[in-house]
Amino acid sequence: MLSAQTSRRDFLKGSGALVVGFSLAGPLAAARAQTVGTPLKPVTLDEVDAFLSIGVDGIVSVFTGKVDLGTGTRTALRQMAAEELDVTLDRIKLIEGDTALTPDQGPTWGSLSIQIGGVQIRQASATARKALLEMASKRLAIPVGELEVRYGVVRAKGDPTKHVSYSDLIGDREFRLKVDSKAPLKKPADYTIVGKSVPPVDGVAKVTGEWTYMHDVRVPGMLHARVIRPPAMGAQLLSVDESSVRGIKGLTKVVRLGNFLAVVAETEWAAIKAADQLKATWSAWEGLPDMDKLYQHVRNTPIAADEVPLKRGDVRAALATAAKTLSATYEFAIQLHGSIGPSCAIADYRDGQVTVWSSSQAPHWQRRELSMMLSIPPEKIRYIFLDGAGCWGRNGHEDAAADAALLSRELGRPVRVQWMRQDEHGWEPKGPPTLVDIRAGLDANGNVIAWQSEFWIPRRTDVGHGVPFVAASLAGLPHRDAMNPSTIFLNSKPEYAFPNAHVLVHRLQTTPFRPSWIRTPGRMQNTYATEVMMDELAAAAGADPLEFRMRHLNDPRGLVVLKTVANRAKWDSRPSPKKGADKATVATGRGISYIKYENVRTYVAAVAEVEVDRRSGVIRVKKFTIAHDCGLIINPDGVKNQIEGNVIQTVSRTLKEELRWDRSRVTSLDWATYPILTFPEVPEIDMELINRPNDPPWGVGEPATGVVPSAISNAVFDATGVRLRTVPYTPQRVKAALGARA
Amino acid sequence: MVTLSVNGKSHRLDVEPDTPLLYVLRDSLGLHGPKFGCGLDQCATCMVLMDGDAVRTCRVPVSRAAGRKIVTLEGLGTADKPHPIQKAFIEERAIQCGYCLNGMIITAKALLDKKRNPSDREIKQALAGSLCRCGVHLRVIRAVKRAAVRMAKEA
Repeated sequence: MLSAQTSRRDFLKGSGALVVGFSLAGPLAAARAQTVGTPLKPVTLDEVDAFLSIGVDGIVSVFTGKVDLGTGTRTALRQMAAEELDVTLDRIKLIEGDTALTPDQGPTWGSLSIQIGGVQIRQASATARKALLEMASKRLAIPVGELEVRYGVVRAKGDPTKHVSYSDLIGDREFRLKVDSKAPLKKPADYTIVGKSVPPVDGVAKVTGEWTYMHDVRVPGMLHARVIRPPAMGAQLLSVDESSVRGIKGLTKVVRLGNFLAVVAETEWAAIKAADQLKATWSAWEGLPDMDKLYQHVRNTPIAADEVPLKRGDVRAALATAAKTLSATYEFAIQLHGSIGPSCAIADYRDGQVTVWSSSQAPHWQRRELSMMLSIPPEKIRYIFLDGAGCWGRNGHEDAAADAALLSRELGRPVRVQWMRQDEHGWEPKGPPTLVDIRAGLDANGNVIAWQSEFWIPRRTDVGHGVPFVAASLAGLPHRDAMNPSTIFLNSKPEYAFPNAHVLVHRLQTTPFRPSWIRTPGRMQNTYATEVMMDELAAAAGADPLEFRMRHLNDPRGLVVLKTVANRAKWDSRPSPKKGADKATVATGRGISYIKYENVRTYVAAVAEVEVDRRSGVIRVKKFTIAHDCGLIINPDGVKNQIEGNVIQTVSRTLKEELRWDRSRVTSLDWATYPILTFPEVPEIDMELINRPNDPPWGVGEPATGVVPSAISNAVFDATGVRLRTVPYTPQRVKAALGARA
Repeated sequence: MVTLSVNGKSHRLDVEPDTPLLYVLRDSLGLHGPKFGCGLDQCATCMVLMDGDAVRTCRVPVSRAAGRKIVTLEGLGTADKPHPIQKAFIEERAIQCGYCLNGMIITAKALLDKKRNPSDREIKQALAGSLCRCGVHLRVIRAVKRAAVRMAKEA
């Protein structure tokens, strides 16, 4: 076992290899590699050694605080490092999300793994390359300008017999260099690895069952636990009847800490049976709002603060002179991350130190938060990331890790906590509801002269922290009584050049369920409202929705994605709705939408083609066409895969997904009550990627999600002449909307 | 004691007879192809082949699996020698997080054993019970078609 004093050299030479090869070497290696305490190497963002080390074997270890949540960054980050260092891809080993080894590059969120994480690694690599060239220059007595690098070997241009390898220059030694923000980067024209559709490095292991997920890890002496959450969310635990589980073979202990209740056993099945059979008495609690009056509740929630992301001109005066004014309300349901693998964690708490394995997107944050709950210094905590199922934000893994840490402390043995499906659906933090009012005015020429939007979304009380643990709240342990739905005000500002505009965001004191962020948080809901209203305005002006958008947009890159998507989708230029839209039993239509992500980066335009069955109210999304500009593309197929995922997942969120509850608890606790899109319902997807090799690489994991709900709503309007303003568009809701018109 | 035949090997196991097969495969035999997803027969991440049929294992008591021929994802192929279906998934890059792929590959195997050249519609119907949250569906459909072509050629 490594000790806290183990040197970096030892780590690189021997035991560390266990960590490096951990995912493939399996759970025993994980256990052996376990250590807590002082970092084994620098993990600060300004040190080259924090990001890179080159072994005597020529293997380049790249350390990243960003973790691969299924999005392919594990492959793309390797490409960026290999390219800048001039080594082949197979020389790169990537170590992700281990608080003892990897720099704190911030949580894996916001589509920033490449844009920030990758760019930091690229700059550290460029600094290392520059230093290696200087070392080689001394060693070979040849000026740097006359040297070149091939496959990790520095050699004299024109005389390949004069050479020295990276491993000879630095093998197993530290660079002891600050990252140089001016170290020259390779010219994009010289790229041979970046820009290539390198296959996912974990693909083969994943399809053969050889990849190690969090859920697969077992450590020696480990016990299995299941948590038992209150049947009503705010209920108090009054009593526990332990005799109800007596006789379950393998049951070790029933643990009760305040309202935190769990069973721990030698086998998973014993823990599951005990959790099912344990009799506990809880107080009644009915603190949730009436589901049918959710948006009324949101509108009436006390406001903590108002924010004004945009104020331009005089909206009131402009509205007074408008030839036509429109106003509408948009609503977006509470949704789940809905990870296919319920949250899971292992913790090993001993001698006042704890090692935690889980799939959090934010290992370094976890360390701080566990430190608060357990009342031990962060230095006594090591958090190691392992793959979970795709998560799309802060879901339940963090909570499972807190459960496991508490239970391991109670039991004095490593404990594995596996949430069941009902725990995941019921207790993962939720994407909060969004309510938007928009009022806008057109002049006599059909141009928008006034735009006034008002948003009701929960506040964020703590910047730089995560979401409080369920376990800490239930057990009454130290935690910040915080609310963090993330930066959900983004994209509340319309991208169009309206002369008079006022955007007002009410940050609410509370929201019905513990909030967090789910893919494209706020940006999707806000863009939904904005882009549907744009469509409503185009229809009121009798204009083609594409032409109407382009007329109001000044951004050249934005115009390019709109034109590109229109060409690709063979856009039918005419106003919506389609002629005869109110007649067809099965109506078809097309809708368009646009986003500039967070108003500052990745551009996406989409065309949706839908079919609406008036009898059943079922919407079938037949096809999505996407044009996408994320600057420099690292891995084109990786980008495509992400865009497909964005579209399919968001079609699901738009058509189907809505949390359900009664006054006490979540009632949509499985996939039957919270259905997601299935294979027969998946649309065809076509896309065009716009590559800009000389521009920075921007995020890809979320932007395309932003355009999906609005494009569908706009297509349904085109097909039927009926406007859908409340997501999800369930058949019941669609039928009601169609019926109301008829 | 329960005797199980898994991937061509026989195992005598001391487990509670009501234990769902999934936990025995994962915890007692260390097979990680089949995964825990819901425990409710709703998502298909836990699938294996049982006497050639694709079966969900999260609720089947191990006692009911005795005497049946069980094949898991590991039994189809390995990283060095992947099954044509696994190979097709790799070639189509039908992979994001990969957690649910087990159910799709097992379902595809059962489908292609019965039907050599399924249509898109038949593939989608066969996979209707397999949930995927990442959205690799279109790639999975292409992979199954690719595998069908290859398997037909090899047959």
